Amino acid sequence: MKEQLENIRQEALAKVSEAADLKELQDIKVTYLGKKGSLTSVLRGMGNLSKEERPVVGEIANNVREAITKEIDEKTDALEQAALEEKLENEALDVTLPGRPVQVGGAHLLTSIIEEIEDLFIGMGYEVREGPEVETDYFNFEALNLPKGHPARDMQDTFYITNELLLRTHTSPVQARTMQHYGGTQPVRMICPGKVYRRDTDDATHSHQFTQIEGLYVDKNVRMSDLKGTLDNFAKSMFGDDREIRLRPSFFPFTEPSVEMDISCKVCKGDGCSVCKHSGWIEILGGGMVHPNVLEMAGYDSEEYTGFAFGMGPERIAMLKYGIDDIRHFYTNDKRFITQYHHAKGGTL
Amino acid sequence: MLVSLNWLKNYVDISSNTPEDLAEKISKAGIEVDGIAYIAAESSGVVVGHVESCEQHPNADKLNLCQVDVGNEQLQIICGAPNVRQGQKVAVAKPGAVLPNNFKIKKVKLRGVESNGMICSLQELGIDEKYVPKDIAEGIFVFPDDVTVGESVEPLLNLNDAVLEFDLTPNRADALSMLGVAYETAAILDQEVHLPSETVHPGGGKTGDYVSVKVEAPELNPYYGAFIARDVEIKPSPMWMRNALMAAGIRPINNVVDITNYVLLEYGQPLHAFDYDRFGSDQVVTRRAEQNEKMTTLDGEQRTLSNENLVITNGKEPVALAGVMGGLHTEVNENTTTVLLEAAYFAPFAVRTTVKDTGLRSDSSTRFEKSVDPNRVERAGLRACHLLEKYAGATILADPVSFDELDRSETTVVIETDEINNRLGTAITTEDIGLILNRLQFLFEQDNDRFVVKVPTRRGDITIFEDMLEEVARIYGYDHLPYTLPKGSSQAGGLTKKQQLKREVKNYLQSTGLMETITYSLTDDAVINKLISPELRKKSPNPVQLSMPMSEDHQYLRLSILPELLKTLAYNRARKQTNIQYFELGNVFVTDETTLSTQPDEQLRLAGALTGLWVHHPWQQEKKQVDFYLIKGIIEGLFDLLNIPISFEQTKLPDMHPGRCATVSSGNRVIGFLGQVHPSLEKTMDINETYVFDIDMEAVLHGYTNTTGYKPIPKYPSVARDIAFIVDEEVNAGDLQETITAAGSPLVQDVQIFDVYKGENLPDGKKSIAYSLLYQDPEKTLKDDEVEQSYQKIVDTVNKKFNAYVRS
Repeated sequence: MKEQLENIRQEALAKVSEAADLKELQDIKVTYLGKKGSLTSVLRGMGNLSKEERPVVGEIANNVREAITKEIDEKTDALEQAALEEKLENEALDVTLPGRPVQVGGAHLLTSIIEEIEDLFIGMGYEVREGPEVETDYFNFEALNLPKGHPARDMQDTFYITNELLLRTHTSPVQARTMQHYGGTQPVRMICPGKVYRRDTDDATHSHQFTQIEGLYVDKNVRMSDLKGTLDNFAKSMFGDDREIRLRPSFFPFTEPSVEMDISCKVCKGDGCSVCKHSGWIEILGGGMVHPNVLEMAGYDSEEYTGFAFGMGPERIAMLKYGIDDIRHFYTNDKRFITQYHHAKGGTL
Repeated sequence: MLVSLNWLKNYVDISSNTPEDLAEKISKAGIEVDGIAYIAAESSGVVVGHVESCEQHPNADKLNLCQVDVGNEQLQIICGAPNVRQGQKVAVAKPGAVLPNNFKIKKVKLRGVESNGMICSLQELGIDEKYVPKDIAEGIFVFPDDVTVGESVEPLLNLNDAVLEFDLTPNRADALSMLGVAYETAAILDQEVHLPSETVHPGGGKTGDYVSVKVEAPELNPYYGAFIARDVEIKPSPMWMRNALMAAGIRPINNVVDITNYVLLEYGQPLHAFDYDRFGSDQVVTRRAEQNEKMTTLDGEQRTLSNENLVITNGKEPVALAGVMGGLHTEVNENTTTVLLEAAYFAPFAVRTTVKDTGLRSDSSTRFEKSVDPNRVERAGLRACHLLEKYAGATILADPVSFDELDRSETTVVIETDEINNRLGTAITTEDIGLILNRLQFLFEQDNDRFVVKVPTRRGDITIFEDMLEEVARIYGYDHLPYTLPKGSSQAGGLTKKQQLKREVKNYLQSTGLMETITYSLTDDAVINKLISPELRKKSPNPVQLSMPMSEDHQYLRLSILPELLKTLAYNRARKQTNIQYFELGNVFVTDETTLSTQPDEQLRLAGALTGLWVHHPWQQEKKQVDFYLIKGIIEGLFDLLNIPISFEQTKLPDMHPGRCATVSSGNRVIGFLGQVHPSLEKTMDINETYVFDIDMEAVLHGYTNTTGYKPIPKYPSVARDIAFIVDEEVNAGDLQETITAAGSPLVQDVQIFDVYKGENLPDGKKSIAYSLLYQDPEKTLKDDEVEQSYQKIVDTVNKKFNAYVRS
């Protein structure tokens, strides 16, 4: 019987090792280990054995069963693994084919710039205010120290609707409106972005519609050095810590003293290059200390309150930052232009 | 204003500065220097030569063969200029000389004869053609006799000059004169100002014997001075004056005209020279023009005047438009021997009115409009007389005649050291403030820290403390201001609810793949009434129109963002960009008035325009065109995000596809529309099939609240069931869904359409709509019979209401 068992073992193991697929293995399993299998039938004959022989043969038989089972299991795993590998091999893709495009939207470049500036000043405790695009002559001009007949009105050619109503030529009327809102008694800290309009023929550097963003800070004891410090903070946050600013005297009817602010050229760091027209500086914004007439007209006592204001053009900032050479790009909305600025951060200025 | 540095040198020492340094200093002190022009930076090796002989070229009719002495040698030069003559002193570019545009002079042979250099015209030396005097524009330049043979022509012709181009702000009218620039430069450089001579030697009788002055409108003309110069010899002005004028951008004409122009630039005071003999009388009368009075100005144009215009007359008829332009018949010409010189103060508003009425703007009017220095009017007249004596051989008559009610008083402004420092954030000493005032040449009385400043009348822009504050600050230097931050109490900044909503909406639309645009608010006649949302059209029957538009394309304020947005689609389509998905947030301008008396209501709207392919992935054959359900999905998603329930209703709108358009409503209120643009409008606007939406964001803002609270996540399993109904084709999917939702309440939590089918296997006029139902009980696990009961109720209800039956 021992011999029989040994034969079964050898025969079965030989078959297992030759088996080529899972079905064969299953057949082998049934042939040797199944209810009608050869090992089972040998074991059935165990009843004829003596008491002493039984456990010995039983142990051998178990060993044989375990050996065959183990071999079959291992072979099964190997075949399954091979089958899986073959299957995956067949599933291989050409990873160099293009992916399914995801449609990416984005903000208009001017919006990105305006929101960046808004967020900067919100961080400094400013609120964002907006005003009407159709303004009264009073708020657009008179409240800003530009009475009728003032020569500086020539600086801004205006689209009039009636004698008293016009398209605002700057965002400055929001200054007057905000101060009026706070009634001459509370401090004002605000930034106001918006569209403005001038009688210009559209060309590479002029647009009859463009945007401005300006800021106003009114309180007791506000100094001109506060304007300089605030603008320096702004410039460093917006354009980089390594940038310097310089203020130059200028003229606006609604500020006195008035300033223009330059920022050191990123490219040449102040040495002069073609980007900054060899001056080392790039003009960014205008501002100044709020003119006492403007404060008084809005109800603030100019002996007690002082303030500063500043304003800039997002188009100009964008044009400098990205080297854009035609202001009309902002308004024609050529897809090949606007999709360049899905996420307009960074860039140099 | 063009500032010749060689000219400026006469009044202030600028020798320690390069033109670039000076430009930088002036810019930093407040007058922006836009550029520096060098008259002829590139020329060298050009000297004065004496034409010893001049003969015709043996082989060329139009060429001259000249022997020219250039000091250390004699050069044979062939010259083609018609005006070259023996005995002239001329500008000779010797071999090796370099002229502008890198033109190198070499020895050459012309028609077989050697030529060793070139005799030059002013243009060839780098002077701009338009400033070259007309009489010498056609040939070489000839020097007066008093120049030395062999000396360099550079200083003689002012070729070494640098000209600063000032970009003046309207307040700095003082810098419209060389003297004003001299004061400014002197203050910046801490130098003295040397004033020019105004000395005259009167003789030959009294002015009053020749002319009288009568002013009838002193409010427009508070000062009028008349000077008489007799025995005037009209000839070219001296070379230095011509050089100065050309550098300043004025073409020299003759000595008298040049002198008035020179003094205009020097003093900032316009003068006018009349030919006395042709003046037509011996009296000057200035008055308001009569209504519709006519006069012919210097340019030959006949002008019709009004009562607002001031005219200079001879007592009978106008001879000049005050401060703007002279008359044709009294102009100085080559036969003039006696000059009547006018030096006057014309009120700025009077001149501004005349400029506006006539469209004439000149160097004179520009200065009068901004007000000239009252203390310089008469002196400018004297300065011109001084020059007429010297360069026109004139005899100046004694005791000039004038009308004089001019206010020449100085404004006083009080400043105190503390106040200056408190406003600037500085620590400037009282002593330094005094020094700054001295540099500005402002007189003052000082009492400890208090200065009473007498502001010179040349600085009419300074009237209040803040103006003086700026003067002190800019001479002190804005660079020296410290960097500080305001000391006031801090407050929280932030966005308003509307600004937050705008950002949220923009972020959402960008995340769906749309690009934001900004288009023009002003639009044209053809599209202004197109694509206006129905609720808005009622409120605003008339668009707001500009009173004087610049172009027809931009004359109405928009009532809808869509027309200009569709134009951008057409613009892109013309450039082969046909897959466009754009949106814009912006104001429209609403009014119920026909003629605007108050500001229109500016309402924020959201518009979108989508066309072309939405999904495009060719190699896997994925291609989806933009369609109605895409834009509807975008809008549904938006309102879902904002947590505002909306409904859609089929509608017909002008300009929209009659079968593919819906209004969007919140509650009972229409807040916008969406759909396909009418194919005929698509055709007119040159766009492809386009889907649009237009939503009233003011209404959205009204219903917009931030999310509050929390809805628990269900703990018990849900059960899904599908159901398909066969209904008449006319039945709306929306109505059916509403009924299912109502009938399934409260266990049915979600109803989704997953199939709509028409055609084979269905009777004619029928369609099948299939829904997935999601059952959920928040309190317990659902039992099968509960689901079954609810399911049956839905089937029965729908069956009754729509005559629908379940498709098996």
